[in-house]
Amino acid sequence: MSDINIKITDREGVTHEIVAPTDMAMNMMEIVRSYELAPEGTIGVCGGMAMCASCQCYVLSDHELPEMGVDEDMMLAEAFYVEDNSRLGCQIPITPELEGLEIKLAPES
Amino acid sequence: MIKTDILIIGAGPTGLFTVFEAGLLKLKCHLIDALPQAGGQCSEIYPKKPIYDIPAFPEVLAGDLVDNLMEQIKPFEPGFTLGERAETIEKLEDETFVVTTNKGTKHHAPIVAIAGGLGSFEPRKPPIPTITDFEDKGVEYMIREPEVYRDKKVVIAGGGDSALDWAIFLTDVASSVTLIHRRNEFRGALDSVEKVQDLKNNGKITLITPAEVTAIIGDGHVSGVTISEKDKEPYIVETDHFIPLFGLSPKLGPIADWGLEIEKNAIKVNNALDYQTNIPGIYAIGDVNTYPGKLKLILCGFHEATLMCQSAYKRIFPDKKYVMKYTTVGGVEGFDGSKKEAPKAVVKAIN
Repeated sequence: MSDINIKITDREGVTHEIVAPTDMAMNMMEIVRSYELAPEGTIGVCGGMAMCASCQCYVLSDHELPEMGVDEDMMLAEAFYVEDNSRLGCQIPITPELEGLEIKLAPES
Repeated sequence: MIKTDILIIGAGPTGLFTVFEAGLLKLKCHLIDALPQAGGQCSEIYPKKPIYDIPAFPEVLAGDLVDNLMEQIKPFEPGFTLGERAETIEKLEDETFVVTTNKGTKHHAPIVAIAGGLGSFEPRKPPIPTITDFEDKGVEYMIREPEVYRDKKVVIAGGGDSALDWAIFLTDVASSVTLIHRRNEFRGALDSVEKVQDLKNNGKITLITPAEVTAIIGDGHVSGVTISEKDKEPYIVETDHFIPLFGLSPKLGPIADWGLEIEKNAIKVNNALDYQTNIPGIYAIGDVNTYPGKLKLILCGFHEATLMCQSAYKRIFPDKKYVMKYTTVGGVEGFDGSKKEAPKAVVKAIN
């Protein structure tokens, strides 16, 4: 089985325990969209190019995530509600190492 | 009043290609877009990104795709109302429509095609308390009239091209320019970054990084902003204007109130037939529409535009018989008098 379990807290504060596939080249933003945890048009606006920050999320668990690329870093430098644990969901590929990951979606902006 | 056959709302790839398909049917088009340039997201967000799924283009930059579309539709002389947002729609007794923009420009057409993508691009407003109270009272999210800043103190926030470019430009206009960014690094064009570095060295720009504006001060008009730097007590910088430049984000906006059936932030259309909405005469094509199995792809927008134009033709000319003609056969006859057609075969006898 190549699925992992993730906890995602949506913008209303509701936590969803969801199952995400690791073998479909999906990222966290796409997982959120596929489960419709945020309204269409408010997340993944740029499609996943790290150019809009609409998929910003806070990483709550202490998983080691892939290092931030320049695009993501620069986009977060201009995003709102940014915290030390902010990441762009579109830049987090779903991999087996993320089993048990907990994230919270940042407010819409 | 601007009059046309098909009024297209949104000048992205789908809207632009609609002009071509309509032109083949001898229908004229006019486009409205909130952005100051054509191309929609392709021009505004990712002009330098390659796209790989445009049929017959193994790779094309988004900006080049827009340039190509503009070239392709040139013979059909589309009109443009740019930098204005379509605000209201009114259906007249004869079943035609009048669309008015936020600046009061009126457009009249028998057909309205909404190709609005994810909506009109609005400036992103930083979450600073009371910021909306100071809008147009010293807080501006875009610079329309640079002379407003003549001999004034200006604080700009942001780290992209527009923040850098306007900071540079305003050094010749404003009495002082302060640029604030949350990082030491800027992601604008390299020569803009270097120019700002020069201006900073010469004392023309005050650079405060890494820092954030966290409050606005003033009585009826901006008189200062509170700046928070890491490991420092927040402090106030006096200023007449605060200009946050954090890019644009799309919002469906007034179209949502036009009485159209909306689902998941998109307009429901009849995909079995012609991409018409619940209001006859109003179509929705490209990323702005939704139907079972919808994919937000440029190539799908092109297809939807093509079928929509056929339906629009039948609506405008209910009694005319029409058979689709291939461009290889009929060529392309522009409204500008130009004609493109396949060269005639050379016939030569063999003795």
